[in-house]
Amino acid sequence: MSETTSSYGGFFAESPRPGILGWLLTTDHKRIGILYLGCIMTMFIVGACLGLAMRLQLFQSGTGIMSAQTYNATFTVHGVIMIFLFIIPSVPAAFGNLVLPIMLGARDVSFPRVNLLSWYCYVAGALLAVIAIFSGGGPPDTGWTFYVPFSTQTTTNVNLAVTAAFMLGFSSILTGINFVTTIHRLRCKGMGWGKLPMFVWTLYATAWIQVLATPMLGITLVLVFLERIFGAGLFDAARGGDPVMFQHLFWIYSHPAVYIMILPGMGVISEIIPVFSRKPLFGYWAMAFSSLAIAFAGSLVWAHHMYTSGMSDLAILVFSFMTFIVAIPSAIKVFNWVSTLHKGSIQLAPPMLYALAFIFNFSIGGLGGLVLGAAASDIQLHDTTFVVGHFHYTMFGGLGFAFFGALHYWLPKFFGRMYNHKRALIAWALTFVGFNITYMAMQAVGVMGMPRRYYDYLPQFEPLNMVATFGSWILALGLLIMFVNLWQGIRHGAPVGKNPWAAATLEWTVPSPPPMENFGVEDPVLTRGPYDFKGVVADEP
Amino acid sequence: MTEHKHFIVRYKTFAIVWALLGGLTALTVAASRVDLGAGNIWVALVIAATKSALVIFFFMNLRQEARLFKVGLLAVLTILAIFIGFTFFDVLYR
Amino acid sequence: MSHEHRDDTGARFGMWVFLYTEVILFSGLFILYAVSLAKFPAPYSIASHKLNIYFGTINTLVLLTSSLTMAMAITAIQRGRIKQTLMLCSSTVGLAILFLVNKFFEWSAEIGHGIYPGSEELAAMGPGVTSFFNLYYFTAGLHGFHVIVGATLICVVTLRVAKGKVNSERYVLLENSALYWHLVDLVWIFLFPLYYLIL
Repeated sequence: MSETTSSYGGFFAESPRPGILGWLLTTDHKRIGILYLGCIMTMFIVGACLGLAMRLQLFQSGTGIMSAQTYNATFTVHGVIMIFLFIIPSVPAAFGNLVLPIMLGARDVSFPRVNLLSWYCYVAGALLAVIAIFSGGGPPDTGWTFYVPFSTQTTTNVNLAVTAAFMLGFSSILTGINFVTTIHRLRCKGMGWGKLPMFVWTLYATAWIQVLATPMLGITLVLVFLERIFGAGLFDAARGGDPVMFQHLFWIYSHPAVYIMILPGMGVISEIIPVFSRKPLFGYWAMAFSSLAIAFAGSLVWAHHMYTSGMSDLAILVFSFMTFIVAIPSAIKVFNWVSTLHKGSIQLAPPMLYALAFIFNFSIGGLGGLVLGAAASDIQLHDTTFVVGHFHYTMFGGLGFAFFGALHYWLPKFFGRMYNHKRALIAWALTFVGFNITYMAMQAVGVMGMPRRYYDYLPQFEPLNMVATFGSWILALGLLIMFVNLWQGIRHGAPVGKNPWAAATLEWTVPSPPPMENFGVEDPVLTRGPYDFKGVVADEP
Repeated sequence: MTEHKHFIVRYKTFAIVWALLGGLTALTVAASRVDLGAGNIWVALVIAATKSALVIFFFMNLRQEARLFKVGLLAVLTILAIFIGFTFFDVLYR
Repeated sequence: MSHEHRDDTGARFGMWVFLYTEVILFSGLFILYAVSLAKFPAPYSIASHKLNIYFGTINTLVLLTSSLTMAMAITAIQRGRIKQTLMLCSSTVGLAILFLVNKFFEWSAEIGHGIYPGSEELAAMGPGVTSFFNLYYFTAGLHGFHVIVGATLICVVTLRVAKGKVNSERYVLLENSALYWHLVDLVWIFLFPLYYLIL
């Protein structure tokens, strides 16, 4: 048993196999969650560095640090890494694996070996993506969206990149199958559907999207690959194909994908806000059903990415209308979080700060989504940096901040040590301010007409671009302090007991870190609801 | 999901289903040689759906499985119908 | 101290959910087919006539029979008839091989006539016929890949039956490989009329 990890105790110390094999061949959901967490954080840092490089390139008009080709590759790899290697797996694969079985009162997921396989698929995808940068014709330059005809003709290493994305999709599918089955089959005695923590509901809805939407990405990537090999003309109009059909198949996955991204984040917020308001979550069933509604309605809107593609006016009308519908369940969630806060006993602990920031950022992002969902305004804004601002507000300001909140909420549970709260607050403030400066400036310059995915721009866009780049430095500083603080916290922080936050879900009834078996010899019997805080006290500090 | 023991399906049941499947195959080949215009594709799809239902309910034993399995199948078919249908809002009306 | 976690219903449910993903995977190709057929009704008819209806029909009957043998294999193992189980599983694999052999001869003939994705002969037949055969080869090709995977899975399980690891008390692995095999049959049930039988 290695010295460093066993000093954490719990599942770090207990394993059927010693040393590194105890990690590489583990089927324990907690160890798999830690493996995912490490990889995901690493890929986030790589993706963030690429993003910072992009902001350096766009600092001034007319000059830059890279060629157009390099810029194309940078935003492509930034997108592929952030979307497939960070955002999509972040909450479900890391925190879902760590927390879900314990929240259900179970010993593990339904298919522990499939769980390990999903991690290996992730690692394979990550390796292939990195190798694609340094091999073949060089890093892909198509954008993460791989639109045809460019993706089938460019000489860059699209083949390896789409293979990487395929492996990552497979990883996502396996996680989805596991979570759907686990939630149906392994709930402990007393854990009816009405007693499930909201995080479980959102993981459930997410898992269904992972299962039903991701395979469409699979086939789309396979077809790009085959097209590059055989040159058959599947998407070539001269040979009976239709390039717009690529976009349909691609977005049939990639729009529901954004709900795979955000729903688990919403689940995290639904856990944090009640705990730090000392009040039950407002509108439990509305929150549960809105999760399912988002999953369903989100599968009906994909072509709102295609208003300018040449598709029919009828399609534009239908998809625009459906896009307005899908905003409703999201809005219900925002209202219910705010209602939970109302007259609550608010504690501004670090997880809560990130949850509040989420509500602010996600609301802005959501409103921007309505502007883009309306076809008339979208014609103006399509492919401008307004779109870039919108999706960073929802995916970064939304899911990203929810992920950071989850780190601050659950790392003490799984490592048994607490980080410094004051430094967490400073990091949060810098991150929140830096984030909003960067992306609000981007939205503004997008409305002014600046296109996205351009390595240079007209001089009139320069002031706001400079502002955005400055913002990115403040944001980067905040993230750096946050990561250092969390790292030092899990290494040297003060030990915590079972329940530092006085939360009511089952993971806070087991030691920190939890033992390998989660609950010891007897399976737990649930008596308390997930937001029933009566009589729940935090450990003595 | 309730746990209940599945009864063992007799070979004879499977043989009858197989014979029906063979018959439907003959039917779909025969129907495809008659000009029904636009109706041909729909006849083919209905027969294929019927064959699929036989395979799913009898060979794959969905008949005996819990309601959740059937709900899941319905979910897939619904999503599929949406994917195809909404795509045709574009393709048919350009 | 470990509990043995056994949940056969959950295991079957997980396999069904995986099969849903396979349905969506193939649906992408069928969506492309539907769009293309709507655009090129006459060329699709011409192209369909170039496919060999005898190979197609025989292969359909082969797969339907292989589904029968797999379904019967479940009954056999439930009754504890191990020899029958082994025979039925082996028959399934045999039929799968027959399917692939038929496909080999069928495709050899077509490719010999210059009909394959990216060929000039195909392009010369016009966009509609080209689109038909592109989608045909990719769909039937992906299907063939799944035939190989499914047959391999059945071989693995058959060995376990022979060793007694899969038996009348414990056979969810056999059920799940049978489910996978039936999916292979289901895809072909749609592929056959849509490609081989256009009037």
